[in-house]
Amino acid sequence: MLETLSSLADGFGVALTFQCLALAFLGCLLGTVIGALPGLGPSNGVAILIPLAFSLGLAPTPALILLTSVYYGAMYGGRISSILLNIPGDEPAMMTTLDGVPMARKGQAGEALALSGFASFFGAFFATWGLVFLAPLLVKVALLFGPAEYFALFVLAFATLGGVASTNQAKAAFAAALGLAIAMIGVDSQTGVPRFSFGQVHFYDGIDFLVAIVGLFALSEVFVFLEHKSSLKKSDTSGIKLGRITPPLWMLRKTFPTMCRSTLFGFFAGVLPGAGASLGSFISYSFEKQLVDRENTFGKGDPRGVVAPEAGNNAAAGGALVPMLALGVPGSGTTAVLLAMLLALNITPGPLLFQNNPDVVWGLIAALFIGNFMLLALNIPLVGMFVRVLMIPTHYLMPGVAMISFVGIYGISGSTFDLIVMVVFGVVGWVLRKLDVPLVPVILGVLLGNLMEQNLRRAMTISDGDWGILFASPLSIGIWTVAVVGFILPIFMARRLRRKLEREVTASDVD
Amino acid sequence: MSDRVFGGIGLLLGVFFIWQATLIPLSFISDPIGPKTFPIILGVVLSLSSVAIMLLPGGSADWPGMRTFAELSAAVAVLIAYSFVLPLVGFVVSTIFAAFYLCLRLGAPLKGAAIGGVSISLGIYALFHLVLGLSLARGPWGF
Repeated sequence: MLETLSSLADGFGVALTFQCLALAFLGCLLGTVIGALPGLGPSNGVAILIPLAFSLGLAPTPALILLTSVYYGAMYGGRISSILLNIPGDEPAMMTTLDGVPMARKGQAGEALALSGFASFFGAFFATWGLVFLAPLLVKVALLFGPAEYFALFVLAFATLGGVASTNQAKAAFAAALGLAIAMIGVDSQTGVPRFSFGQVHFYDGIDFLVAIVGLFALSEVFVFLEHKSSLKKSDTSGIKLGRITPPLWMLRKTFPTMCRSTLFGFFAGVLPGAGASLGSFISYSFEKQLVDRENTFGKGDPRGVVAPEAGNNAAAGGALVPMLALGVPGSGTTAVLLAMLLALNITPGPLLFQNNPDVVWGLIAALFIGNFMLLALNIPLVGMFVRVLMIPTHYLMPGVAMISFVGIYGISGSTFDLIVMVVFGVVGWVLRKLDVPLVPVILGVLLGNLMEQNLRRAMTISDGDWGILFASPLSIGIWTVAVVGFILPIFMARRLRRKLEREVTASDVD
Repeated sequence: MSDRVFGGIGLLLGVFFIWQATLIPLSFISDPIGPKTFPIILGVVLSLSSVAIMLLPGGSADWPGMRTFAELSAAVAVLIAYSFVLPLVGFVVSTIFAAFYLCLRLGAPLKGAAIGGVSISLGIYALFHLVLGLSLARGPWGF
């Protein structure tokens, strides 16, 4: 406990330099804008910015501070277009439209924004405290992990991701296997033989994760916009009066218990691998509706209905950092992107990170605290500025996003071949979206494929080829059990939940 | 229907992947399971999930018409051409044209797209190259 607090104090020493503060501010600002713009979520935003962080030659800690600030910022920003335009800026912000839009229609847009801004702060702030105390505990458990347990843990991440976050288990399994298969391309690190390179020297180094993610997420988004350009909703913010932009005190008092409960739910939803922020906001909203909606005001502009999903999804964003930092196993698209960046900087997250690079971990956590206060300041008094950003028409915005993607990838490798691979990934991403195949498992697969194989082969080397080692310790049996349950149970549970969610969303569209 | 076709293609991909995995040459250094085993497992998962998708197809995908396909193919062609031209004529010039094209096709008026193309290109150049010092493609004129 005391030890943790003193590490945190050291972290503040790292984060309170001019460079880190400036990067945190820049990240918060960019993140809020990225989150607010429809079609650009946290994972897109962070993915586009990673190549830049590299090309700028930032050291690990400042680079991580920049990108996690973008991540937190995007989680805050997602609510702005949800409330004002009824278009969620990102998936986790979807639940916020349910009560946010009716509040805005009642002329309480400013209050809804301010209140949800404060709820975001509350959720993220306490989730960061959760991260401070839970991550070191998890690290103690993780130190007991051998290669066999790690292999099982990777399977667990894919299984819960496929089980919880997707509607079709077969497609999620396909997506994960596809991503892992892509990771197999290139020279095998243990024996030095080329695999799946079809004689092309370009493939010897494998497919760069960043090329894959920028293509799959950012470029495919451009194709989606091109496809639907005739039916693009015009962002029209002119009709909405912001009104007062501070939350009234009685509203804060009334929604306070909701905020606490949603933060708790969101945080634990975030810690579960594969669940992430969308589940956090969904669980928080549904639970609050069951618990406090006595007069049936949820869905009609109840402030508590705005607070619950926002506190929930921001808390989940903090929770999702716990397994990423402590175990090195990301549970969501955005934390996968952050992990990719750490790996590229030659830092391996996991229990050893806390021992070998405490400055990175605690500097990052301190920066998250600082970033939260910056975001609160940015998101309550200055919300009007972000509303204006929403008025940039998509036909200028998306080409800009596409060109920045090219700049980023070209900046890393300077190779035309990588740019073409990125375009191919853009097309693949578009096709997979059409077929309703989730993209996050693909990304996670491309990123984790080699680590997963290494752990399997290490385990097999230890046991001299006996597959039984994968199920030899109680710890690994436990992980396998959770993985199997996590994959199968949602087949029955999640469909019901999803259907309910869809009903709620369509019902709110009708009235 | 789309799901059945998709499952079929996925199955072919899975089988192709397994076949390619069996062709991986063995090296003189080796570990108990070697470089082939994990890829083969992945190929099996790919094939099995494809069969499941084929047998239990979900809702049908909503494919766009020929016009939209032509639109998307043209955009892909432009982006690939952009990738080739970038090192030849430099960042600023090639980006003006690529961004102009995308703005236009996403529904900007002609004049707006021209202004959009030039400002996106110069904006990125100014911000990323001049301010942040990122190296962009240099053409014959150095920008």
